[in-house]
Amino acid sequence: MIPTVPQPAFAKWCYRAYVVMFFIFLALPLTVVCVFAFNNSVFPALPWKGFTLAWFFGTEAPFIGVFNERAILRSIGTSAFVALWVSGLAVIVGTCNAFLFVRHDFRGKALLYMLMLLPLIIPGVILGISILVFFSSVANALEDTTGLWFDGLRPGLILVILGQFSFITTFATLVISARLQKFDPSLEEAALNLGASKWGAIWQITLPFLLPAIVASAVVSLLMSFENFNTTLMLVGSDAPLTITMFDKLKQGSTPVLNAVSVLLIMISAALGFFSLLFQKMKR
Amino acid sequence: MASDTSRLGFYLLLAPILLWLVVLIILPHIGLFVVSISEKIGPREYETGFGNYATFFGEPLYWRTFARTAIMSIAATALTLILGFPIAYYIAKLTRGRTKTTLFLMCMIPFWVSELVRTFGWMILLRETGVLSNFLQYLGLVNGPVEMLYNDAAIMVGLVYTSILFMVVPLVTTLDSLDDSLIEAGYDLGGSSAAVMREIVIPHAMPGIVSGCIVVFMLSLGNYLTPILLGGKDSLWFTGMIYTQFITRFNWELGSAFGFLLLALSSLVVFLGLKLSGRSLSETMGRS
Repeated sequence: MIPTVPQPAFAKWCYRAYVVMFFIFLALPLTVVCVFAFNNSVFPALPWKGFTLAWFFGTEAPFIGVFNERAILRSIGTSAFVALWVSGLAVIVGTCNAFLFVRHDFRGKALLYMLMLLPLIIPGVILGISILVFFSSVANALEDTTGLWFDGLRPGLILVILGQFSFITTFATLVISARLQKFDPSLEEAALNLGASKWGAIWQITLPFLLPAIVASAVVSLLMSFENFNTTLMLVGSDAPLTITMFDKLKQGSTPVLNAVSVLLIMISAALGFFSLLFQKMKR
Repeated sequence: MASDTSRLGFYLLLAPILLWLVVLIILPHIGLFVVSISEKIGPREYETGFGNYATFFGEPLYWRTFARTAIMSIAATALTLILGFPIAYYIAKLTRGRTKTTLFLMCMIPFWVSELVRTFGWMILLRETGVLSNFLQYLGLVNGPVEMLYNDAAIMVGLVYTSILFMVVPLVTTLDSLDDSLIEAGYDLGGSSAAVMREIVIPHAMPGIVSGCIVVFMLSLGNYLTPILLGGKDSLWFTGMIYTQFITRFNWELGSAFGFLLLALSSLVVFLGLKLSGRSLSETMGRS
């Protein structure tokens, strides 16, 4: 079935109808989430009781908007904190890995590359519990021998950051490596011939070339960290990131505040997505 | 460019990746295995043995949940493939230029949004007081509200929705690389649409199908949010059991054994998928 081979009109229309239905299926859940954020009712459900912005700005119970709900605001802050750390670390380590895999040949390279891909095929929950178990036993051992407290190794933000970092780095590595492979080494050699130092050449020639990939992987890492649930669930301590807070609220029974948070999340994702697209267009 | 500085540079580059992989991936998984083979015999007293695994096989609730999770994940993978393939084919072969990019991006948009938000959307749709129930009543197809949430079908819808991108993207990539003239040749030689599909398109798309299936299966198997929220209390998903053992019951030894079993199943499926397609992990995963 390709354009140059004629097909019965009926089959064509059925196919098109299926594609349209599929895109409706994709859009439907997000649409209802957004629509019910503006419903003037205490449940995110029909009937429609009129348009309101109370779920964003409301101050009176039960209509307490997102911007006045402390728990949610705090967890957005926590998520942003975690996401910035994860994204920064993942991009730095990812860039190092890209140079290692593209520029160097060494014994065990294939094995190391395979190990680097492993986090992709380990379920997030397992990643979470393995880090939880390991760091807790290290903390136990250290506390038994030294008599000091090692709270950083107990469930909490440090473990959440490490847990998310452990698999997001793989994505960063893949994105940055792909770009570095397209780099023409003669550009760097030219810089060296013109008297640049090795680091100077990398700093002024190679890294600017990699910048689109670095920005793209930073954005993707930010989003993946912000959205991560499985790994975070196992490692979270008393400061809950947004997804965990929302999950707890959802289990207790949902109110349109959650829709309003979702609308904000969708807007943030869209903004970040547009930003990275624009940036890539600009660079090209 | 082999010199002393490059040697030093090499070790400096090697340090972060080793630190990452050893401290966050390898040692934790060894630790997980060690804990899974230790049995508690008293407060802070353990002995080595496979008792936790014996508990798993001895208690029908545990291994049945495990089997159920595996079977439903396989079903979700098959369903995702069946639903996603025509879409991928449409995008790759029947659209050109702008339309193609737009459709491809439209496929991705839902996945820029948190899984929690997507699942929440399905809850609003499927709930007893939800949009679909009201819509059906409005059409007069049912009298009175229908609860479509908290059953296996709801879990299935959620799983397919969550993972379909990971099927469509590799499929579009492989189908894109199939030259139209090969399909034309198939028709010219008298092949029917079904024959062309079977003999030309599907064999060519096999790498994409395999990598899509591997990823979707893994994501379904390891999913926690969708089964718990859409399946309700009786969702009986294995990740839920792991969570219960770890966080609610505080039985880390049994929980570790569960975790290891899930990891083993997931690795086995990846291994079989790669064997089936005759490709390496690097080829399959490295491209996405």
